[in-house]
Amino acid sequence: MFVISLIGFSIQDNLGDPLRELLGQSVSEEVRNEMREEMGLNDPFVVQYIRFLGDAVQGDLGDSYFFKRPALGVIMDKFSATFELVLGAVFIFLSLSIPAGIYCAIHRDSLVTRIIMSASIIGISVPVFLTAIGMVWLFGVELGWLPAFGRGETVEMPWGWDTGLLTWDGISHLILPSITLSSIMLPLFIRLIRAEMMETMSTDYVRFAKAKGLSTARVRYVHAFRNTLLPVVTVGGLMIGTLIAYTILTETVFQWPGMGFLFLEAVNRVDTPLIIAYIIVVGLIFVVVNTLVDFLYTLINPMVKLPGGKS
Amino acid sequence: MISLKGFITRFLSDPVAIGAGSVLLILVLMAILAPFLAPQNPYDLMQLDIMDSEMPPSWKPGGDERFLLGTDAQGRGVLSTIMYGTGISLLIGIGAVIVQGVLGVTLGLIAGYRGGWIDAFLMRLADIQMSLSTLMIAIIVLAIFQAAFDANTYADYAIFMLIVIIGVAEWPKFARTVRSSVLGEKSKEYVDAARVIGLPPRKIMVTHILPNTLTPVLVISTIQVAEAIMTEAALSFLGLGMPTDRPSLGSLIRSGFEFIFSGSWWITLYPAIVLVVLILALNLLGDWLRDVLNPKLRRGDD
Amino acid sequence: MAMLEIKDLHVAFPKGKKSEVEALRGVNLTLEKGERLGVVGESGAGKSMLAFAILNLIAEPGRVSQGSIAFHGENLLELSERDIRSIRGNRISMIFQDPMVTLNPVLSIGTQMVETLKAHRRISDAEARKLCIAKLKEVAIPSAESRLDAYPHELSGGLRQRVVIAIALLTDPELIIADEPTTALDVTIQAEIMALILKLCRDKDVALILITHDLGVVAEVTERIMIMYAGLCVETGATQQIIQAPHHPYSAGLLKALPQFAGRGTRLYQIPGSMPPITALPPGCAYHPRCERATDMCKAQIPPLEHGCACFHPLDQTEAAS
Repeated sequence: MFVISLIGFSIQDNLGDPLRELLGQSVSEEVRNEMREEMGLNDPFVVQYIRFLGDAVQGDLGDSYFFKRPALGVIMDKFSATFELVLGAVFIFLSLSIPAGIYCAIHRDSLVTRIIMSASIIGISVPVFLTAIGMVWLFGVELGWLPAFGRGETVEMPWGWDTGLLTWDGISHLILPSITLSSIMLPLFIRLIRAEMMETMSTDYVRFAKAKGLSTARVRYVHAFRNTLLPVVTVGGLMIGTLIAYTILTETVFQWPGMGFLFLEAVNRVDTPLIIAYIIVVGLIFVVVNTLVDFLYTLINPMVKLPGGKS
Repeated sequence: MISLKGFITRFLSDPVAIGAGSVLLILVLMAILAPFLAPQNPYDLMQLDIMDSEMPPSWKPGGDERFLLGTDAQGRGVLSTIMYGTGISLLIGIGAVIVQGVLGVTLGLIAGYRGGWIDAFLMRLADIQMSLSTLMIAIIVLAIFQAAFDANTYADYAIFMLIVIIGVAEWPKFARTVRSSVLGEKSKEYVDAARVIGLPPRKIMVTHILPNTLTPVLVISTIQVAEAIMTEAALSFLGLGMPTDRPSLGSLIRSGFEFIFSGSWWITLYPAIVLVVLILALNLLGDWLRDVLNPKLRRGDD
Repeated sequence: MAMLEIKDLHVAFPKGKKSEVEALRGVNLTLEKGERLGVVGESGAGKSMLAFAILNLIAEPGRVSQGSIAFHGENLLELSERDIRSIRGNRISMIFQDPMVTLNPVLSIGTQMVETLKAHRRISDAEARKLCIAKLKEVAIPSAESRLDAYPHELSGGLRQRVVIAIALLTDPELIIADEPTTALDVTIQAEIMALILKLCRDKDVALILITHDLGVVAEVTERIMIMYAGLCVETGATQQIIQAPHHPYSAGLLKALPQFAGRGTRLYQIPGSMPPITALPPGCAYHPRCERATDMCKAQIPPLEHGCACFHPLDQTEAAS
């Protein structure tokens, strides 16, 4: 986190002149210098950084040049949209990849397995923005089944979170983008789960479980699958960065009003505080997700105990 | 390991490998020979005519036989831009993998051979970088660069930047593979023997360990080229990669995207097909290579 | 009727797309109730394959291609999956080679014991746990009650193998198949574990198939021996008889290679060459390339198993005893 904040600040410090963005070109040099002094822009780097850090801890990352509002607030307004998109995608790829992966591991040479495996390598080879364009074109434009742009109707929850999950309109808007976002993770996870499951199915403890006369279901889902989950959770944690990157692509194509779309707009507008706020929020998400993954891992794996847990 | 002859025999007996290999060969030749084969030179502004813009493929009504696959909004022949664009995509893909390879193999060798805190530090760094994901790193770095420089300067250095960024961001994949095979090789007797004769560590690494780690490196390289091309395409699609006047496949798709809904689908569709086919061919070839060069030996049951 | 009777058992693995190779090439075996049999051979001889075939657990893509395995007259190979499951771990249980990888690392010892009982008996969790503790005590595991909630990684290799043995004994089986049960353990605890297995089998009159490459262990524990080479039984008979006077040159070679049979100060004998892999068996007797008694006949024909020995040129009594 510290590193991210330092990088974030250095960027802000070296990127263009905030005054130009704030005041425009027409202001005289004198006024400019005055402002500069007032805003503390002439102070040494370290002083400015400490001030930045102090503000950042209080949640103040500066105002967006474009929106003229605190950058963090602008980002957080979009958080719910991105969160629901990711939620939809995770739901889709988990509910499909786990059964498919297990099936392909158990029936390793069946026709269905071959079809799934061939489809998965094609799936890996199609860039996510092409899937998105294809989806928009096919379901949104040609067939007209589902809306292809925006988020549709949202409902404001009492705690200030607007959700699209409560109306059919909101959900129908979510379908195409979340399928798109899951499309890149799905083949990767099917292949991963299949490979890991095949590996555990050939271990001695699974053989021993069979030799004990346990039912096939128990051997597969209690003995083999729990061990399959360990590497899958680890890799899943590593994929979070990729997932966030792909939200930017997906949101761009579907004009989904989330953080990624906002970020790209900020890049085009050279809205530095917003760019930095985004990077810092993404950094925070990393920390949170990694903590969650670690926690999940200790739940599955008795060999790892959380510090302070009973031994 | 497998002999060259066995390798060729395996290749010729596998229809998927032949298919992927020949498709790749055609695309590469097409890209290299673009200046001679392409009907137009899309970079030569003199040849462009705005009157030619948004023409459909030649077999459609309104098509022009000069432009087999139609033209884009600036009147460039889609076929020609694809030929040049494939070249740029391949150049960036291969360039980035060379950077990755050199960086990854070197760091992997050092980490594996030296061990200790260097190893721990490098692998921790690799973990962090992997979890941040290449695309994320590239998007952020490129966004910053784009904000910092004006568009023209940026356009001049775009190829170079993409190669370096994708290259640097992906080194951990090579480093990890090399490191693990180094750890495997290090314990073998010939390395001990070399150390006993008093060969210096660098010499042992380069002449004794390196050659034995090349097989896995070759396998990942192929898949990494596909990944790099895909990353570049995504970046260009976001407008963070190649500028539209020197387009890669990704920027071609980007420039066509806004015209899909006005009916000019060909500007997007053809580069998209070429991109997918290129990546697919590389992935299939990579999978095949892994199966052939690195077969998981069937576990003996006794 | 013998308790277990295996006839002409063949196990085949596919090689390439069309052909197959055989890991077992026609093995016969009978075992009476409470009898202890040692199956001896180098690794790759097909010993483990035999063990797994009995429980119908040959790993894919291998399969039993021919023969029958009768348990109390019932052919195990023809049973439905459900019926064979009611025998596995219940009437026939198995002890694996390496206790470090036999127990599932993410499940507690208790879970792995209780599930075995519940698969075969209608029993409450509380009762099952009580029984498990009793079995853990039987295999001499200290503070058995608390071990039930432990995970495998918290136990040493020797303790884990005791847990595996306890699991094998949980359902009071009639036959235990022990596949090199001490190979992966420290030398110091090997004898302890072997003694434990022997004691438990004797006390409860359980039959034992002990698979090992160690003739010394077999001599101490078993009543009968079967010596295997390249997927075939080459010699079988009473343990004492074979140890004292082997007839097959391979058996003789194995015995000569034992340190306790070598004279003090002499170099340990080693059979020249190594066993061929099942994918590249020589024609005729598979042992002939390593055999000093081999003749042209050995290269052309596979010797049949007659009077407990499959050899055209067996050692006679005087030779054998020396």
